[in-house]
Amino acid sequence: MTAIEQEKFETVIGLEVHLQFHTKSKIFCACANQFGQAPNTNTCPVCLGLPGTLPVLNKTALEYAIKVGLALHCEINTFIKFDRKNYYYPDLPKGYQISQYDYPIGRNGYIDVLSEQGAKRIRIHRAHLEEDAGKLIHDSNNKLSLVDYNRTGTPLMEIVSEPDMRAPQEAYDYLNTLKLILQYLRVSDCDMEKGSLRCDANISLRPAGETKLGVKSEIKNLNSFRAVKAALEYEVTRHQRLLLAGKPVVQETRLWDEQEQVTHAMRSKEEAHDYRYFPEPDLVPFTASKNVVEDIRQSLPEAPQDKLARLKKQYELADYDANILVQDPDLSDFFEECAKGFKSYKKICNWINGPVLQEMNQKKTSLADLNLSAKNFIELIEKVEEGTVSQLVGKDIFKKMLDTGRAASEIIESEGLAQVSDHKALERFVDQVIANNAKAAQEIKDGKMQALGFLIGQTMKLTQGKANPKMLGDLIKRRLLDG
Amino acid sequence: MPYNELTAHDLSELLQKGDVTPEAVYQDLRQQILKHDNSVHAYVRVNDALSFKKDTADKNTLAIPIAVKHNICVKGEETACCSNILKGFKPPYDATVIQKLKNRGIPVLGHTNMDEFAFGSSTENSCYGPTRNPWNLDCVPGGSSGGSAAAVAAQEAIWAIGSDTGGSIRQPASFCGVVGVKPTYGRVSRYGLIAFASSLDQIGPITKDVRDAALLLNLIAGHDPRDSTSADIPVPDYPALLDKDLHGLKVGIPHEYFVEGLDPEVETAVKEAIEALKTLGVQTVDISLPHTEYCVATYYIIATAEASSNLARYDGVRHGLRCRPSQTRKNSITDMFEETRARGFGEECKRRVMLGTFSLSSGYYDAFYLRGQKVRTLIKQDFDRAFKEVDAIVMPTSPTTAFKIGEKANDPLSMYLSDIYTISANLSGIPAVSMPCGFSKSGMPIGLQICAKPFDEATMLRMAYHYEQKAGWYKHKPGLEEKR
Repeated sequence: MTAIEQEKFETVIGLEVHLQFHTKSKIFCACANQFGQAPNTNTCPVCLGLPGTLPVLNKTALEYAIKVGLALHCEINTFIKFDRKNYYYPDLPKGYQISQYDYPIGRNGYIDVLSEQGAKRIRIHRAHLEEDAGKLIHDSNNKLSLVDYNRTGTPLMEIVSEPDMRAPQEAYDYLNTLKLILQYLRVSDCDMEKGSLRCDANISLRPAGETKLGVKSEIKNLNSFRAVKAALEYEVTRHQRLLLAGKPVVQETRLWDEQEQVTHAMRSKEEAHDYRYFPEPDLVPFTASKNVVEDIRQSLPEAPQDKLARLKKQYELADYDANILVQDPDLSDFFEECAKGFKSYKKICNWINGPVLQEMNQKKTSLADLNLSAKNFIELIEKVEEGTVSQLVGKDIFKKMLDTGRAASEIIESEGLAQVSDHKALERFVDQVIANNAKAAQEIKDGKMQALGFLIGQTMKLTQGKANPKMLGDLIKRRLLDG
Repeated sequence: MPYNELTAHDLSELLQKGDVTPEAVYQDLRQQILKHDNSVHAYVRVNDALSFKKDTADKNTLAIPIAVKHNICVKGEETACCSNILKGFKPPYDATVIQKLKNRGIPVLGHTNMDEFAFGSSTENSCYGPTRNPWNLDCVPGGSSGGSAAAVAAQEAIWAIGSDTGGSIRQPASFCGVVGVKPTYGRVSRYGLIAFASSLDQIGPITKDVRDAALLLNLIAGHDPRDSTSADIPVPDYPALLDKDLHGLKVGIPHEYFVEGLDPEVETAVKEAIEALKTLGVQTVDISLPHTEYCVATYYIIATAEASSNLARYDGVRHGLRCRPSQTRKNSITDMFEETRARGFGEECKRRVMLGTFSLSSGYYDAFYLRGQKVRTLIKQDFDRAFKEVDAIVMPTSPTTAFKIGEKANDPLSMYLSDIYTISANLSGIPAVSMPCGFSKSGMPIGLQICAKPFDEATMLRMAYHYEQKAGWYKHKPGLEEKR
């Protein structure tokens, strides 16, 4: 396809994101809301939909939903009403999902998406609260399908964007920005692998300049942001080919095949469900007080983009450094805590963006799981900066701190890692090294300073890394050049 | 007199004095059940051994076994709404009302028969076969709580609980000559009541007299954190409030409820009851409830819509019946759903699920469900307006006395019309009681219905009590023949 042919069409993308809240209990019962438990252990008569049971709304789930609505700049519906979405599926124990139809918690919001092309505002159509369904596990060996209802009743927020994205890359950037905003709210771990964040994509193409929307495909089974982008790119090409060939695009739901990197048709519009929404009679609608919403608004954490600007200004951090910190709210909070006790911000930043991040990536773990206190961390940085230990030894100590939970000073003391800065002691080592390396010593005397590093290295070896390398350099020079 | 012929408040006094043991009451009930339930068939299960708590704080003064409709969950005991699809379902929990009763030392005597999922007005739609009216075994006991009403009328139970969605407590109470109360929506917890129509369902007492109804309502009413639709409003001491006389009370007589279709015998009895109320100091006022004619249609739209959704969970996946598709079909999950539901649900059940599904479907929702909700609001406003003027409203419970078994079984529409006078209380949420107000020439009980303002069961029961004591119909008992 030529570039000119591609320019004939405009791509239109809208995304539906499902976010699981990590509340202590489920949305309509007291069951623990935990991932990864043995099948059907986090269940009770209510979330199993046993006859006679009734739902009771979890207030924290509602609070989280309002939080998300506000963070996405939505108008908040204080009239809280739930509806039943009726359909049959074995993972849906009641035969209906309790959701919100005509009064979503939030509507008409937006987020500003930063990308390489600059900032773009993507509008949020609506954001509503509902319950998650269970999970089917297919046992092909025994030709059985098993149902795990642990996930049933997990509080879920559906965030529907307007069809404002014009390229797969924009969709990718939108998802990253949205995820970051949601992470800052601390209402979910936003982990796609665990299914706490999920995404369906709607895409259509239309002739450039046309304002009416084209026929869309809905893509499901997207298990990563990269998959969203790849699937959308695949669909752009598929739609283009159809349109250029004068063939009609069929409105349908398609499944992304990660292995083959293609989409397959799943069901057409004609086969789509009629969900027969109607008001959930088991939950009485009520009006949340304006004060409640205002209180939540006041307690909203700083948005990532605001934090980025502030970090750069307040701590004079470089774009690059601040950006890395902001990508993880825990990390940037940790930075700020450290910055209270240690004023060399750039150094803290280097330590966080270096060893700390490396450690997190290697262990695939969160900052919280590293068990690192700001106090211990600053102490370590101080020890390195004072010259008590070298940078290299400092990094070793850091790993030991994480392994043992001990403070840097304790490790230095118990393992005798402090740099030897005592002149007398160092002179003995230096003399020995000069004696043993007469050739190198002569070179320095001749003005070939390249050999200095070698002699420092030899001395370090002799001191088992405990010597202060700067002092060593000075000493060796003085011995050979002044003496 | 055998203990099973006494009321709960009489027995409670005897229990207090130590003149009777709970076991003795149970034995007499058992005898009566063994003697008559073969012909009445009020029960689908009677519990053999009842355990009575010893030495509870209130000396077990209420340890009088109770009969429970088959749609109210009793822990560990089959609660199946008399439907094949739920046969064998033993809930691992008690309904809140059962828990409350058990906490007071009141054991469950057994589960009573009902129309499948409470869909019906005759207790003929039960997978366990029909219940018969103790006053005439060829007649229906009414429904859907026909088993509970028949058990009380036949003195096979001292007291019972049922559920009322469109008249399912009051109409059988009327047909069987006992007292039945549909409390205000939200007065009694629905937790553990297997739902028919969630916005209409209420659990309520079926008893031999008004005092027992007041006593039982007191035991089961109150806010339940497990039911968001239950009201957090204090429960008055109903029995204590019965005695105050009726002077100064105003009662409304809605002319829309005394029209064509009303059996003249019923009309006469109800009008005599109104005269009796006047002699007790009640002032009567002619009122109008202009939207009455839309009640039945509105009810059958809303109730079936909610029912179609409430019954979706019976799909064969988790509990109750599961059918493998017949050989001609694929063995897909949809085939399993369809086969299970096709075989598990009875005719009336399927009819209502289909009606409800239709009125919620896209394209029909506005014309049916949504319009139904709007008319419901108008019906409610009729009552709000009326209650600005009066303290209670009096009308017949049912346009006729009990009809013959099989008479309306193949005519759903005429069956639906037998609830024409009871439905409005469910649609508007107000409390209503049915109590005997006479007998037809053929000896069948006639029911009087008294409705009151939301959460004013106290006034309603007080009025019912004074009328009952004056009229004395409660003393009449059916002359049951032992089964040949």
